[in-house]
Amino acid sequence: MIAAGTPAPDFTLRDQDGEEVSLGSFKGGKVLLVFYPMDFSPVCSDQLSIYQEVKPEIEEKGVTVLGISVDHPYAHKAFQEKLGIDTPLLADFEPKGAVASAYGSYLDGLGFANRTLVLIDEEGTVAWAYESPNPGEFPGANIIFDALA
Amino acid sequence: MNAPLTSAPVPPIGPEDHVRGEGEELIVYADLGCPHCAVAWAEIAARPNRIAFRHFPVASKHPRSPALHAAAEAAGAQGGFFAMVDSLYADRGHVDDPHLWQRAEQLGLDLERFERDRRSAEVAARVRRDFESGIRAGVTSTPAVFP
Repeated sequence: MIAAGTPAPDFTLRDQDGEEVSLGSFKGGKVLLVFYPMDFSPVCSDQLSIYQEVKPEIEEKGVTVLGISVDHPYAHKAFQEKLGIDTPLLADFEPKGAVASAYGSYLDGLGFANRTLVLIDEEGTVAWAYESPNPGEFPGANIIFDALA
Repeated sequence: MNAPLTSAPVPPIGPEDHVRGEGEELIVYADLGCPHCAVAWAEIAARPNRIAFRHFPVASKHPRSPALHAAAEAAGAQGGFFAMVDSLYADRGHVDDPHLWQRAEQLGLDLERFERDRRSAEVAARVRRDFESGIRAGVTSTPAVFP
């Protein structure tokens, strides 16, 4: 997992609509990267649904939330619609898991990212990061608010 | 500005909680639109415990949940909280507004007051308060049961 104080590796990925999203475009604001294993899994569904419920409170603190998994934009679109969420979902699809790897979140041998939260400050530096003990658990939203306090 | 959502212990059962039964205390965070909760509730409600039910609607996953929790809270204002919860979990196939009115009538509630209450800001705030205490306690799925 990437360490706090590290410059956040820049990236450009496509979102659920196929639009390119670059981390650098958020400079001047805070970004919360939510790496998760895969669209449509039960735990990922719970995680993104719960975070959606408190997204206004996260944004109130000047933070943009971005979900990232190895899924294709088409899968992201369907997943977003199924869950009824509006959190942008970025496709770390090709080369597979390259961004997750850059953030130390990719699980070699499993082919997906572990659940990892990375808070990036206004200057593009990692301010805080948290990795779940295993992909079957996800950090409660309280953990995010603790980091933002 | 909303209430802080930083980590905090599960609040103990208080006078504003919806509580039923006698025995050791259980605090249950549940979503009235959640099928897993409906199955679990049949077992949890039968336990010989003093059970506090707390609202934890996840609207993005269960779009009708906010309306169902508001209905339970509005029923509670007329003494029918657990009757409405039991009713909603027992029959998950009838959760539109006309079904809620029918349930309210079957429970002997004043329908006009029920309608007014379930759409009120006070009821929404009451539901949200439970939800936020669950978030602060680290609830990540429902039902979440705390002894």
